[in-house]
Amino acid sequence: MVELTVNGMVRRVSAELDTPLLWYLRDELGLTGTRFGCGAGLCGCCTVHLHGAAIRSCLVRMGDMNGAVITTIESLSTGGLHPLQQAWIDLEVPQCGYCQSGQIMQAAALLQQNPNPSDADIDAAMSGNICRCGTYPRIRAAIKRAAAQRNAVPNTP
Amino acid sequence: MTLERGRLSRRAFVFGISAAAGGLALRTVSPSALASPVAQETPTPSSEITAWIVIEPDDTTVIRVARSEMGQGNFTTLPMLVAEELECDWSRVRAEYVEASANLARGHVWGEMYTAASISIRGSQAYLRKAGAQARQMLLDEAAARWRVPPSECSARDSIITHAKTRRAMRYGQIAAAAARRPVPPEVSLKPPEQWRLIGKPIPRLDVADKSLGRPIYASDVRLPGMLFASVSACPALGGRLVSFDAAKVMGMPGVRRVLAVEGTAVAVLADSWWQANRARLQLPVVWDFGKARELTTDHLRETFRAGLDAADVAIGRRMGDVKAALGEAATLVHADYEVPYLAHTTMEPQTCTAHVTPGHAEIWAPTQNGEGTLLNVAKVLQLDPSQVVVHKCHLGGGFGRRGLAQDWARMAALIAQQVDRPVKMIWTRDEDVRHDYYRPMVLARQSAGFDRDGNLTGWRVRVCGSSILVGLAPDRLKNGQDIEMMNAFLEEDMAYAVPNFEVGYVMRNTTIPVGFWRGVNHSQNGFFRESFIDELAHHRGRDPYEFRRGLLAESPRSLAVLDTAARRANWGHAGPGVYQGIALVECYNSVTAQVIELSVSGAGDIKVHRVVCVTDAGYLVNPRIVEAQMEGAVVYGLGAALYGEITVKEGQVQQSNFNDYRALRMNEMPRVEFVDASSGNRYTQEWGGIGEPGTPPLAPAIANALFAATGQRIRSLPFARYLHPPGI
Repeated sequence: MVELTVNGMVRRVSAELDTPLLWYLRDELGLTGTRFGCGAGLCGCCTVHLHGAAIRSCLVRMGDMNGAVITTIESLSTGGLHPLQQAWIDLEVPQCGYCQSGQIMQAAALLQQNPNPSDADIDAAMSGNICRCGTYPRIRAAIKRAAAQRNAVPNTP
Repeated sequence: MTLERGRLSRRAFVFGISAAAGGLALRTVSPSALASPVAQETPTPSSEITAWIVIEPDDTTVIRVARSEMGQGNFTTLPMLVAEELECDWSRVRAEYVEASANLARGHVWGEMYTAASISIRGSQAYLRKAGAQARQMLLDEAAARWRVPPSECSARDSIITHAKTRRAMRYGQIAAAAARRPVPPEVSLKPPEQWRLIGKPIPRLDVADKSLGRPIYASDVRLPGMLFASVSACPALGGRLVSFDAAKVMGMPGVRRVLAVEGTAVAVLADSWWQANRARLQLPVVWDFGKARELTTDHLRETFRAGLDAADVAIGRRMGDVKAALGEAATLVHADYEVPYLAHTTMEPQTCTAHVTPGHAEIWAPTQNGEGTLLNVAKVLQLDPSQVVVHKCHLGGGFGRRGLAQDWARMAALIAQQVDRPVKMIWTRDEDVRHDYYRPMVLARQSAGFDRDGNLTGWRVRVCGSSILVGLAPDRLKNGQDIEMMNAFLEEDMAYAVPNFEVGYVMRNTTIPVGFWRGVNHSQNGFFRESFIDELAHHRGRDPYEFRRGLLAESPRSLAVLDTAARRANWGHAGPGVYQGIALVECYNSVTAQVIELSVSGAGDIKVHRVVCVTDAGYLVNPRIVEAQMEGAVVYGLGAALYGEITVKEGQVQQSNFNDYRALRMNEMPRVEFVDASSGNRYTQEWGGIGEPGTPPLAPAIANALFAATGQRIRSLPFARYLHPPGI
């Protein structure tokens, strides 16, 4: 028996513990905002938070999720839009949009650790997330914008 | 217009995705979709004014979109074209997909649905603006009739009609139902560009909120009651067959419901979840017959195509003067052979499709670049009448040409669902996606050029050889059995250089490796061949590559202007220390694009691309902010392919499988992209230009040319990673 928290809800799972977290989220819980891109931790589409840190949900198994606290794109915003999501909308970052949940979750974990990332910090944190449409320049700009806004207004998420 | 008052309500015609400034929801009227995580809309009284526009009593304006949204902004730009003439309040506009079956039923009232060849704006701007103007006139006529004043005294703006003389005003929503019953004026005049209020403005996209919040808008997000999930394996050898499989070995595994064959070439495992299906598929014993496909290897293909360069069965795409004589009389000659590999698309969303097939009916949820194509392919493969198929268009997790004419994924999902009595969501693994693409063709090119004693370029001969895209995917576009499009970028309409004696020919050599349309299509490889070779000719003559091109463009003011702008904006010839520039120019989809790139190469051979100046003349830009994004995207797509992209084949099997061995460009490799709008309006042509693809073809040759400037090494085959070291991660 595995007990984990997903977006604030406690969930118990007892069977098929070899299932990757990604497919539990998508097929079992219907949290389809977390997306499948490669199944091998190479693209970052499936990025979610485990205790606030970015992980690739296609690589972790449910059997290892006991006590895990998972946050997905669906609950990133609590009480208004997350500053990153606001910046993503303001700067019109998405093109096809498919990778953007993963990009935003990765960026949110970065800002949690590093409220004022440099370009090199952004490269280091974000280069595991592929975007085939080429939204990288706007992702970079949106991270900086969200960081600036967060730093200007203390105690925002 | 005629059918809509018939048996089907106009609401029922429109399925799929609707977008509003405040949100976007998958919308469907299909009973089987009610349990999907999508909003069901309560029908409200509304009025269809022309096929494209529905105005609700509260002035909400639904503008229908026939083409697909795959990231290029169609859900915003196409409604902008209608709204420009409609003079509606843009903040009340909602975009909504036209359903393919409605378009068939109503005699193509919404025109073409395919979303390829950078066609959406350039191919539909005239009728979309016209529809907006017609609807505006109908609304004006209705208001004028009610006020008993001449329509010419009334004006429309922001969904309000005003009669200034009598200071009366009326909202569109108040009279839309009555206006809809008025005759559609056949001829209307369109606003001159200087009066545009939306076109040319950076109007915010209508789809970014949903894409930033993870909302279910993709086909892979569809959830239906009782739905099964399918994971598939097609024969690993391209062109091979399925012999047998041992279902008993996996039927006892958790959740597994069925194992079945598809078209004798693939096997599908169906289960209660996708992971269960995939886990069982990986353990399923399958016997394949690779057949003759086993003989296919990249080296053999290269030899086949190389031999084709000298073959007699050549289709000539363009001939001017006598190239043979010119080369024979030349004082100096330049010869060079070029090569590009097969390329996969790797859309971020692997191939996927959901289907529910019941006797005499099929319902499809598809990420399609070609709504009607999906419908007709499914109808054909299931032997149904097209009227028995419904296709719900979903936003695409990337297209790039993969989801257009090649509807293999839709046929496969339909054939799987046909064998069970429940809806099935099929999702390919990334391995499957990379190994079973319709690849950009591997193409070899041989070019020869001659100069006279005065150093004038007098002759240029081009031969290309590879597999035809049209033979497999669009045989109706062949001309006398020949695929002239394989010579794009060398044809009369898409090469501006003036050479007195010129000839381009294509030798077709088809294999069982599927080839297809890839962003920029044949311009992408031919642009590399042409613009690299032009650079070689410049250096042969000891001329600056930019100045050399200028000399060939004296009679082509449009291309010359774009080239000049690129050189000026990039400060051509004045790169910083250790930084080298390359320039390239490609005309395609009625747009002209020139790029200057700047790169450096370390002593260890590491390439770093710093900057791309991208100048495009597309006639008019509808939304410059979206165009800028498209150009950044074109650069990323072209640069990733030029640096790393290579699909190789051994014993019929593609040797790459995922982003580790088929790499994509990453954040840390992204150069600065400076887009410069060089739109020339209707100065040179009445046709508008495309945007989605023109930014890709110049990229690879511009890099090759800069690498030559940096190293003196002329790289004539892609990808560059074979010779130098991109930074990687």
